[in-house]
Amino acid sequence: MVVNTTHDTIKTDPILNVQSIDVAYGSVRVLHEVSLQVFAGELVSICGINGAGKSTTLKTIAGVLKPQSGQIVFRGQDITGKNAEKTHRLGIALVPEGREIFPSLTVAENLRIGAFGRYDAKRYAQDLEDIFELFPILKERYNQAGGLLSGGEQQMLAIARALVSRPDLLMMDEPSLGLAPAMVDLIFELIETLKNRGITILLVEQNAERALKIADRAYLLSTGYIKFAGRPEDMSETIDITSVYLGDGEGGF
Amino acid sequence: MNLQILTEFTINTISMGSLYALIALGLVFVFGICQLVNFAYGEFFAVSAYTLYFLGTFTSLPWFMVFLLGIFAGVAIAFLCEVVAFRPFRDRSMDALLVTSFAVSVIAQRVYQLSISPRPKAVPIPDFMNRTVTIFGIGTPLRNPLIIATTAVLLIALTLLMKKTTLGIAMRGASENFTTARLMGVPANLVILAAFIISGLLAGVVAIFLSARTGSVEPMAGAGPLLIGFIAVVIGGMHSLPGSVVGGFVYAGISNVLSLTLPTTMLSFRDAIMFAIVIAFLVIKPEGMIRGNYHEERVG
Ligand SMILES: Nc1ncnc2c1ncn2[C@@H]1O[C@H](COP(=O)(O)OP(=O)(O)OP(=O)(O)O)[C@@H](O)[C@H]1O
Ligand SMILES: [Mg+2]
Repeated sequence: MVVNTTHDTIKTDPILNVQSIDVAYGSVRVLHEVSLQVFAGELVSICGINGAGKSTTLKTIAGVLKPQSGQIVFRGQDITGKNAEKTHRLGIALVPEGREIFPSLTVAENLRIGAFGRYDAKRYAQDLEDIFELFPILKERYNQAGGLLSGGEQQMLAIARALVSRPDLLMMDEPSLGLAPAMVDLIFELIETLKNRGITILLVEQNAERALKIADRAYLLSTGYIKFAGRPEDMSETIDITSVYLGDGEGGF
Repeated sequence: MNLQILTEFTINTISMGSLYALIALGLVFVFGICQLVNFAYGEFFAVSAYTLYFLGTFTSLPWFMVFLLGIFAGVAIAFLCEVVAFRPFRDRSMDALLVTSFAVSVIAQRVYQLSISPRPKAVPIPDFMNRTVTIFGIGTPLRNPLIIATTAVLLIALTLLMKKTTLGIAMRGASENFTTARLMGVPANLVILAAFIISGLLAGVVAIFLSARTGSVEPMAGAGPLLIGFIAVVIGGMHSLPGSVVGGFVYAGISNVLSLTLPTTMLSFRDAIMFAIVIAFLVIKPEGMIRGNYHEERVG
């Protein structure tokens, strides 16, 4: 595996620039002026306890939710309020929380939908080979219904389904959630492999310790506010992660 | 003699079941994708049947052209319904859509009443449709084997569409989890429109065979098929395309068994008994015979 050099390359414009977004469900506001940037080739991690607004942040970037105010710029283009099908076409892929596999569709069909917005027959065949190399189990299960796969296999399918669209930004929402320890190791190894391939990744994880180990930069979300932004090791220093995760609310400050 | 009754029963049940299966399928296609119980579905038949009446009565087009245009009318009205009536309300509540579908239906019925006639109009159907043919020693109108063959072709074509094409796979994905499908770049408008178009196509085909059986069309012509669709779907399951087909055949089977076994004095209770069976289904097996996979959510 390639040794990860520190990312002190010249940082031009971020590939994703979220500027002060407010998001609410009905009248309940859950994100308050959240800003974050992701630069090309980076692995950025968002940490925070249950209900902090991590999924809401990813869903808003992906266009499932619309911000009440603020702006989201992706590769120089304003994508604020654009719906999910459009952001996908522009190159944003989300591996949703809970995997959200189409249960009665086969692995093959799940992957086929993954490429929907950006399908190109020639490239697709090539990408499949690549996917099978990364996830040999998916080749074995190719014609099985997605709902019959184990949790870990479903997570691999969910990640593969996002990868076949060749995203410019891969967002993952708690990919290790609910998996057996061995599978968690496998998923984190995989995320590192993807990072080393140069894929830009925005990772949300409850497993902060593991996530911070592989991240280039990190954000801490707490009750809808960004409470920390910076280098992962600084975050581990300034904030007592365990207290955040034991649910002290504001956590460690 | 017994064999003859059995053969007759089988032919009737399969042909009636084919018709019911197509009707139910058109309802479930739309429901599966946008969770909308489309009360305007009946009007797809009515518009198709009125088109058959107009073209058959006032033009000298050959029958196959009349049929094709009749089917096209079903597709066109379904398309219009989706784009004009439903799309603008899709991000509102489900109730708004339901009311819209009612409204479309009522308005359409008033339009036929006022602009055509409140009374039934004869639909000219080519003679060959009702010519008697002999199958396994049983005389039956040609439209019966025709609907069976047509249904077989349509079911095969739709299966291929849903299993082999990207659009079909995306439609199945969207019916299981709409939000996730959109996250994969599947356009909501595209899959919903496709579902409506298939629904209209099926209604158009059914309108031909229903008109051949009844010989006429009137403003409430859509109510019958709509009810048939509902019953078949309750039996077969609202969340599965194969379920709706099974439901259509089972409904036809039960209905024919009742006709055959009930004493003549009880025959007027046939529909009442049928409804009792439907209610029993709703109580005992509310998800229908085939459950299907779906995910409770709103479509936006
Ligand atoms: N559909 C919804 N309707 C109303 N409130 C919601 C909805 N989804 C989430 N919320 C609320 O918004 C807040 C943020 O939720 P979100 O799912 O973004 O948190 P999260 O950080 O992803 O948490 P978790 O670690 O549990 O996944 C929570 O208080 C949650 O209760
Ligand atoms: Mg979450």
